[in-house]
Formats: sequence, C-alpha cells, structure tokens
Amino acid sequence: MRLRAIEDFGFLALRFVDDLGKLALFTLQILGARFTPPLRGRVFVAELFKLGVLSLIIICVSGIAVGMVLGLQGYNTLVRFGAEQSLGAVVGLSLIRELGPVLTALLAAGRAGSATAAEIGTMVATEQLDGLRMMSINPVHLVVTPKATAMIAVMPLLSALFIVCGLFGGYAVGVGLMGLDGGTYMSSLQSAVDFHDDVLGSLLKALIFGVLIGLISTYRGYTSAPTSEGVSAATTSTVVVGSVSVLIFDYFITALWGV
Amino acid sequence: MTRSPLRDLLVGLFILAGLGAIAYLSFSVGGLSYGGPGGLTIYAAFDQTGGLKPRAPVVISGVKVGQVTSITLNENFRARVAMDLDRRLKLPTDTAASIVTAGILGDRYISLQLGGDDKLLAPEDSITFTESAIILESLIGKFMYGRSGGSAGSDSGGNGGSEAQKKGS
Repeated sequence: MRLRAIEDFGFLALRFVDDLGKLALFTLQILGARFTPPLRGRVFVAELFKLGVLSLIIICVSGIAVGMVLGLQGYNTLVRFGAEQSLGAVVGLSLIRELGPVLTALLAAGRAGSATAAEIGTMVATEQLDGLRMMSINPVHLVVTPKATAMIAVMPLLSALFIVCGLFGGYAVGVGLMGLDGGTYMSSLQSAVDFHDDVLGSLLKALIFGVLIGLISTYRGYTSAPTSEGVSAATTSTVVVGSVSVLIFDYFITALWGV
Repeated sequence: MTRSPLRDLLVGLFILAGLGAIAYLSFSVGGLSYGGPGGLTIYAAFDQTGGLKPRAPVVISGVKVGQVTSITLNENFRARVAMDLDRRLKLPTDTAASIVTAGILGDRYISLQLGGDDKLLAPEDSITFTESAIILESLIGKFMYGRSGGSAGSDSGGNGGSEAQKKGS
C-alpha cells in the first residue's frame, strides 16, 4: 500500500515533466509557424478583435473599480499618519508594479484564455483540425499561432489601459470624494514612478504573462480529449493553471529583477 | 477571411488606445522626460544630502523649475548634485541652494534662493552657496547630549560633527 502511494507520486512527477516537454515542443512549433509564410495577417487581426477589443470593457471597469478601492483604502490608512499627500504614489506604484499586470492577466485568463481553449477544444472534438490536416493545412499554423501571438501582443496594451483606468479611479476618489488637491496627487504619482524601474518592468511582466496564458490556453485546447468532457476539462485547466502560474511567475519576476 | 471594416476599425482604435496608455505611463507618469523645459545643467556640492534622490524637484519660491539628475561623490568627498533646470532661467552667481524637506517626514527637494549679483550662472557652472540637509536624528542627539552638560563621551563625537556644519561660503 505504501509503495502504491509512492508510485502515484512518481507517475505525477513524470507526467508533469512530460507535459512541460510537450509544451516546449509546442512552443517551438508555434515559433516555427510564426515565421513561415503565409503570415495569416487577417486571422491575426480577427484574434486581436476577439481577445483585445472584446476584453476592453471588463478591463476598464475592473481597472476603475480597483483604482477606486485603492484610493479609498490608501486614503483611510495614510490619513492616520498625516501622509495623505502620498496617495498618488501608493495608488500608482501598486497599480503599475503589481496589480495592473497581474489582475489583467487573471481577467484575460478567465475571459480570453478560456474562450481560446474552448474554441480549439471544440475544433478537436468535432474533427475540424483533422479536416484541416486532410487539406494539408497545418492547424498549428492556421488556428493556434494567430491565437497565441495575438494574446502576447494584446496583454501589454490591456495592462496599460487597466493601469490608466485605475489611476483615474484613484484620482476620482482621492480628489473628488476625499477633497485631496489634484496637483498633489499627480505630483506625488509622478515623483514616485520611474520609467525604467516601474513602467518598463510593468510592461515586461504583462508580456511574460501574455506568453504564459497564450501558450497554456492553446496547448490545453489543442491536446484536449475529443469529447465534450475533454473540452470542459481544457477550459477549466486553462483558467486554473493559467492563473496559478501567473501568480507564481509574478513572485519570481519580482524577486529576480526587482520589478 | 474577409475584410470587415467595422472590426478592423475597432482593432485599430484598440491598438491606438493601448499604445496611448503606454505612452501616457511612460512620458507623463514615468517621467521619461521632465514635463517642463530643461537644458540648463547646474552643479552644487553638499556635505550631506540626507536622502535626496535623483528626479527630486528643484524649486524657486515653491514653483518647480527642474529636477535633480544625478548625485555623485566629488574629489573632496562631498556630494555633487547635478540639476537640470529650465534654460530660460537667469540665475545670479550668488544663488544659494538648500536641501529642504516637505513637511517633517516628506521627500527631500532642492530650493534655490536667488542672489543679487549682476553676473549670471553659465551652463555647467557650480553653485557655491549651499546648505545641507538637516538630519532630524542628529539634531535630537545633539540636543540630548548638549543638555547633559558637556558629557564629551565617546558617543557625542561621532554623532554631531559634520552634519551640523552649514556651508556658509
């Protein structure tokens, strides 16, 4: 009995390594397809629309809400120390360094990543990808690559929009509601935020998260079992694995590069 | 895949909005370039900068006219602060620079007091009259040791000393 548990553990570890290896090969396939003509520009634009434009509302609304909460919480805490002039720095730094990229990635995993996995998974289940192969069209080239690269391209843009909406939300609460001086808020924000350390790091984080979610969602969809159960499992595991790996990677990016 | 004008327009707008947000974060919030005009580099040497940081504002009568670009150690082991100021400023050579604090615990910044000299500071010149940052802890320390009546023990020597020297001339 004891041996059986260890066997299970070993099997899980092997499957994890196997998965990682397959994901790496899948990544190479996508990279190869990206630079093989035809470049599938129209499909790429359609994916930008689905992953980017259709995510705009959820990103902007969440950004404003998060900024407003940060403004309120930050103000109530700072006012105890008589430091409410630093509200802009608190809202700006927490949004730019952490919350902007991370929350955008979590929202994108839930909204766009799950849709991508479900779409590819359904194509697997209904044998559309086999149909493409019959016509000697590489499904990675036509279906997977535009989705993955569009996700990577869209993430920094969405993250920047989220941050700007959040800054606006914090401004609305701090200046409009709490009666802070608008110039004080902006000058504290501008003197605290540095382009090289904070803004570039934020964009780098968003880009890495885009790579993670783009790869995980397409890989899960592409390798899903050709059943309705397989499609739902692919969708679920995209959201779960995507969100958790974003949070774990976030820690290591912050620890390694101090972003 | 066919062209679809509305979708393409929305994608274009989305990309422009995203790039605009990145530009706003980089230039306006991140201070990739100082918002006002710059171009006049002036140096000043201080005994004690007390936590002054690059990008700290330089003000005249409370109005921001530039920012600190770098803080290095010069050959006399004093802090050499480089400032990027509005090039339209006409600063007399006897202008004084002092490091002050916004509030008791706020950020450090540099305040310039204009003198009355007819000669003007040229680009890359140094300000001779400087006043160092006041370190609150050392003031408290000096006050306490001063009260105990000349207890010139081992502590007081290291504590007061150089920070208190103001650079008069």
